[in-house]
Amino acid sequence: MALTTLGIIRLRNLFSVVILSTIYSFLMATLLLIFDAVDVALTEAAVGAGISTVLMLTVLYYTKVNEEKPKFKSILPLIICLTVGGLLIYGTYGLPPFGASNTPIHTHISIQYLERSMSETGVPNVVTSVLASYRGFDTLGEVIVVFTAAIGVLSILKRDKV
Amino acid sequence: MRLDLLLRISSKIFLPFIILFAFYVQFHGDFGPGGGFQAGVIFAAGVILYTIIFGIKKAQKDFPETIFNYMISLGVLIFTVTGLISLSKGFNFLDYDALAHYPKHGQHIGIIAIELGVFVTVIGSMVSIFYAFVARGKK
Repeated sequence: MALTTLGIIRLRNLFSVVILSTIYSFLMATLLLIFDAVDVALTEAAVGAGISTVLMLTVLYYTKVNEEKPKFKSILPLIICLTVGGLLIYGTYGLPPFGASNTPIHTHISIQYLERSMSETGVPNVVTSVLASYRGFDTLGEVIVVFTAAIGVLSILKRDKV
Repeated sequence: MRLDLLLRISSKIFLPFIILFAFYVQFHGDFGPGGGFQAGVIFAAGVILYTIIFGIKKAQKDFPETIFNYMISLGVLIFTVTGLISLSKGFNFLDYDALAHYPKHGQHIGIIAIELGVFVTVIGSMVSIFYAFVARGKK
């Protein structure tokens, strides 16, 4: 994954960048699968590797394939990136060790979900019961986000037709 | 035909399975991985494959663009109306216990209804955006 990321940064040919980001998405999906997050892995494979690649290639059809050389050196952004990244990595040392079972996320609400999901909703997939039932309001918000994004993109793309 | 015969035939074979898999992910989301969002994206991928292989004109004739434009808002409507039905029966907004006599049945109906809403909105937005992008090149 690190190699594909470096490739995406270094390459000037946009077609290879799109393909590399697809590879990155598939690797990410595999990683999520290893973490037992099957739902998220499915989404990543379908959206990240499928639809967004198609959309990127469609956009590429209207632009030039090769990226132009940057006009000025970007040292300040590099410093900011390295500083923020370093701080974030420093922050991860404060996290509990990976897989520890006595951390807050495993001791408070997720146990409640796992125990009560089957008897309250009768749905074996806890992810679905949390998304659709316990946090239905959040999911409504997400659908409205998709709706708004679609309306926004369409109104930009079709503005000359009206 | 200017397009590859092999591509057209193989995509014709694949398309029903892609659509079927989308519906499987949709209605099996309670039991296995998946749900409305993933199913919608897979369905949209099927339509996009059809568009890539057979061209935008044939695709827009077989799957008219206006349907997808309506679907974007129809999904949000299905979702909200499900919430409002439970509200009208004296329960909380989006509390599916209200939808049937037994709470579990209600939960089941409610989850299927809102997943349908998500499904419809996602298909609508994905395909509409794709159509809009492709149609820009036709000027």
